Amino acid sequence: MVTSTTRPAAPTAASAPARPLRRRRVTVGSTALYTVAALAALLWLVPLLWAFATSVKPEGETTAMPPAWFTPDATFEAYAQVLGRGDIIRWTMNSLIITVIVTALTLVVCVLAAYGFSRFDFRGRSWLFALIIGGILIPPQTLIVPQFVLMTQLGLVDTYWGVALPQVVAPVFVFILKRFFDAIPRDYEDAARIDGAGSVRVLWSVILPLSRPILTAVGIFTFIGAWNNFLWPFIVTNDPEMMTLPVGLGTVLGQYGIQYAQVMASAVLGAIPLLIVFLLFQRHIVTGVAGAGIKG
Amino acid sequence: MTSQTSAPEPRTSPGAPPSAARDLVDVRRGPTTWTGLWFVLPFLAFYLLFLLWPAVVGLGYAFTDRSLAGGPLSFVGTANWRESLTDPALYDSLWNTLWFTVLSVPLMVLLALGMALLTDHARRLGWFLRLSFFAPFVLPVAVMTLIWNWMYNPSLGLFNGTLARFGVQGPEWLFSEDTAMFSVVIATAWWQVGFNYLLYLAAMQSIPKEVYEAASIDGAGTWQRIGRITLPLLARTTALITVLQLIGSLRVFEQIYLMTMGGPNFATRTVIQYIYDSGFVGLRVGLASSMAYIFMVLIIAASIAQFRLFSRKEA
Repeated sequence: MVTSTTRPAAPTAASAPARPLRRRRVTVGSTALYTVAALAALLWLVPLLWAFATSVKPEGETTAMPPAWFTPDATFEAYAQVLGRGDIIRWTMNSLIITVIVTALTLVVCVLAAYGFSRFDFRGRSWLFALIIGGILIPPQTLIVPQFVLMTQLGLVDTYWGVALPQVVAPVFVFILKRFFDAIPRDYEDAARIDGAGSVRVLWSVILPLSRPILTAVGIFTFIGAWNNFLWPFIVTNDPEMMTLPVGLGTVLGQYGIQYAQVMASAVLGAIPLLIVFLLFQRHIVTGVAGAGIKG
Repeated sequence: MTSQTSAPEPRTSPGAPPSAARDLVDVRRGPTTWTGLWFVLPFLAFYLLFLLWPAVVGLGYAFTDRSLAGGPLSFVGTANWRESLTDPALYDSLWNTLWFTVLSVPLMVLLALGMALLTDHARRLGWFLRLSFFAPFVLPVAVMTLIWNWMYNPSLGLFNGTLARFGVQGPEWLFSEDTAMFSVVIATAWWQVGFNYLLYLAAMQSIPKEVYEAASIDGAGTWQRIGRITLPLLARTTALITVLQLIGSLRVFEQIYLMTMGGPNFATRTVIQYIYDSGFVGLRVGLASSMAYIFMVLIIAASIAQFRLFSRKEA
């Protein structure tokens, strides 16, 4: 860090002449900067805006050339037809159920494991930890074949549990949570222990309340990851009734042919749930990424 | 880690073994020696059943002629491995995966950096920029591919339609071997760059303001401040993002599968898709398992090499 400037002194005579110059440069520069920034952000929204623009056109206008951003005959007809068919609602419900199972189970088992590794000594602890952390390196995508065979043997193909259970294994979260727990001073628990609290009680009423930010971050990223997971649900579901939203949209929708307004209406509907989650939890997501470099 | 507490100093003797072992030293010895195992057990059960067991069993499959369709099973020695290792299609898919990685990693690191710099300087647009740059990241892959396939449509899509307005004949995008991979990379960057962007943004905003103020007083302009302060201080973040993106890109499958099915003429078929095709379309579990293992070893080697490189940079 630069030492000389622990605190920029209040404007002195010396800094005064520099001021007007600096301010003018900032003004010219910032106009350009804000223009570029706003254009970049708009450009980045084009795919979403175009999907929406297409979805509210009457089916006959979607393929008109040159492409028009606005239609005088805007209609929600395509949405009505997509929703009327019902499968997208079914897939959304499937995704919701599966994602809730995955998120809840992941949080519970990872928190317990991280607590165990962080606060207790037991035989085999270091190699168990190494074994689990080593699992971060294994790309789950390479296990799809034996995992599918296993699910067939367990009779879990085309079930919620079959989709959900293998996604619960997230060694990276054990690692992240353990690091966080490690940093919590022991003094707090000692006080609780003196009051007679057991290990579970300490976890529940001392550790967890202090870990809210990291738990929120892990929860949100598990949720997004499970909601958007494609490969495994794609493999373990064949019955359209059991498909998750990404799988249903990706595989079944193609059969509706070239009703572009309906396809885009489906895309918009498929985007909405997580966009809402994102808007609600924007701050947590940003700090969560900042905090842990999660996902790594 | 998220701010707050500096980790309590581990009570290690100097010269204690590094990394994992050091991680584990600082434990208050509890009265019972088994309590901790009970807490670990649920995770361990999932881990053993759904990760380790498939990994071990898959290795076994690779030495058999197991078929997804069932039927009699016999040990075939190294036949699957020899077939995989001499299969030009596997090398093609490896090459496609690598090509995708080479194209996507620099693009997605530099784009993220540029977007974060914009956001960091155009503070008053902050929420709008964050919203627009990160929102695509939360889209399910199928939503992304539906939208981009529609925009890429050579005769009816937004891109070629707009180009045609200016009298330009647009490319075939996903339908030509020459452009398909580029098209997929562009769409992927749009979809996934938001995560890298957030990492950069967080790192930038943790740079103390005093540093910049000092530089301004010394007469440094915006570009100088970026070049001399921001970028050097972001070196670690850049290394981290590059590593994560590299590992992510090597595992690519789903968006390409949904956009091109690996076509045209297998020009975009990745390794994961080839494993999928062999196992679930060709039903040859044994062969697919051997390929999966070859790929797994490559990925793990690449990951370890990257982390080595990264931690050396960090030191």
